[in-house]
Amino acid sequence: MIGASQARRPDPFPTDWRLRGLKFLVLAYALYAASTLDLTWSRFVSGLGNGATFLSRMFPPQTAPDKLMLLWDGVLESMQIAVLSTFFGVLLALPLGILAARNLMLAPVSWAARGFIALCRSLHPVVVAILFVKAVGFGALAGALALIVASLGFISKLFGEAVEEIDMKPVEAARAAGGSFMGVMLMAVLPQVGARFIGFCSYQFDSNLRNSTMVGIVGGGGIGAPLFTAYQRFDYDFVLTILVTVIGLVLATEVLTGRLRRLFQ
Amino acid sequence: MDTEMSLSGGPLAIRNLVKEYRPGQPVLKGVSLVFPETGVTAIIGPSGTGKSTLIRCVNRLVDPTSGEIWFEGSDLAALSGSALRLARRRIGMIFQEYNLVERLSVIENILSGRLGYLPFWRVWLRKFPSEDIDRAFMLLDAVGLGGDFATRRADQLSGGQRQRVGIARALMQQPRLLLADEPTSSLDPRTSIEVMDLLGELSQRQHIPVVINIHNVELARRCASRIIGMSQGAIVFDGRPEALDDSHLKAIYGGEGWLQ
Repeated sequence: MIGASQARRPDPFPTDWRLRGLKFLVLAYALYAASTLDLTWSRFVSGLGNGATFLSRMFPPQTAPDKLMLLWDGVLESMQIAVLSTFFGVLLALPLGILAARNLMLAPVSWAARGFIALCRSLHPVVVAILFVKAVGFGALAGALALIVASLGFISKLFGEAVEEIDMKPVEAARAAGGSFMGVMLMAVLPQVGARFIGFCSYQFDSNLRNSTMVGIVGGGGIGAPLFTAYQRFDYDFVLTILVTVIGLVLATEVLTGRLRRLFQ
Repeated sequence: MDTEMSLSGGPLAIRNLVKEYRPGQPVLKGVSLVFPETGVTAIIGPSGTGKSTLIRCVNRLVDPTSGEIWFEGSDLAALSGSALRLARRRIGMIFQEYNLVERLSVIENILSGRLGYLPFWRVWLRKFPSEDIDRAFMLLDAVGLGGDFATRRADQLSGGQRQRVGIARALMQQPRLLLADEPTSSLDPRTSIEVMDLLGELSQRQHIPVVINIHNVELARRCASRIIGMSQGAIVFDGRPEALDDSHLKAIYGGEGWLQ
């Protein structure tokens, strides 16, 4: 009897042929792409030799006082770019994120806001920085503007999605009490997403700090310019000094923003 | 029936209320009701029969398709914008799942009942008028919680405590009418009775009508002074609790095996 009922039972884990096909396609394409781009093991091994010379020329790191001054100025400017772009990005992202939330806004409004957010996110910050360097000239302003656009895109997208996930019951209660749009926002919506918003902002600050070292390469101010110059002049010891400083700074900020997030949970 | 006579004078009168979520499929099929100045009215009926829609049409969380809802001299069904907000702040509502903001404190939740009265910057900066704060603490006592609860976060409370906060929030509006949408369905039997008794007591003390949707027929009998039975979008019973017998329950809920 048991055998008979087992035979009639449907297979609880049926083979998913679509998934299997997809896996096969991805693997086949990866192998094809590697063959056309000359990604071979021997090419990698011969490259390792170059890497060793490069690394050996990095030591010891450069610590001449004039170079350290250059480093300090650059790092300071990068920090300022990161702080300013996060501040203004957050300020603009708050209303834009709410406009993008489909559960609180009429469809045309949220579609327009989502279109604008998609536009902000479509270009890499370095590409945006090149545009701003051409528009407003070399310097920290161009870098900061580029990172404001990046922050706006990132935070308003995540914030808008967080607003769409809120519990609508308190919103209903606030409306039933005669609350205006702003009143409903303040008492029913923002308290539900406030902690996550602070989380997004602190992630974006981390990311702005990293990206502020990049925008300098295309003339957007900050530590990127001295870093790029050092590469081009083969001053690899100074490159190492800059990289170590940037890594230290980013790690320190991650620890700090992590604490900040815990504080507001 | 004194329906026609008191249509303008009663605090709440509903006339020919129809609601269709999909055209041609009315959930409410022309409901007319007049509510007295005070006392608890319980609306009973099976799930999906339009009880919740009826109560939500009154404060326009749901927009009625046609009909009139007269409350304090104006037709709520015809209001919009700020006129609707001004009317809503005179109507308190209590919800099945309390609808509190979990991350806010008890006192903030209660004070959010003043949303319709205060400019938004006062709410934003938490600069509530001191008489509102005094009243919030008074209500915290009145619903049986006490001042110690004021700064607790709403997500730390039990179901019964949350519903008491929900009631205090509704009273904070100084309502002329209290609506309750299955206020006891998420509570245990003892807390259910306590909450219903509290609502009845408030109706008497504040002289306001309380309209309650409820699934529990025994609880409705115990606490209400009037019972309305609904079935498929229409009223099939309207009278005092003593008058409700098995034949009425059969008309409301259908079947009869469950009545034995």
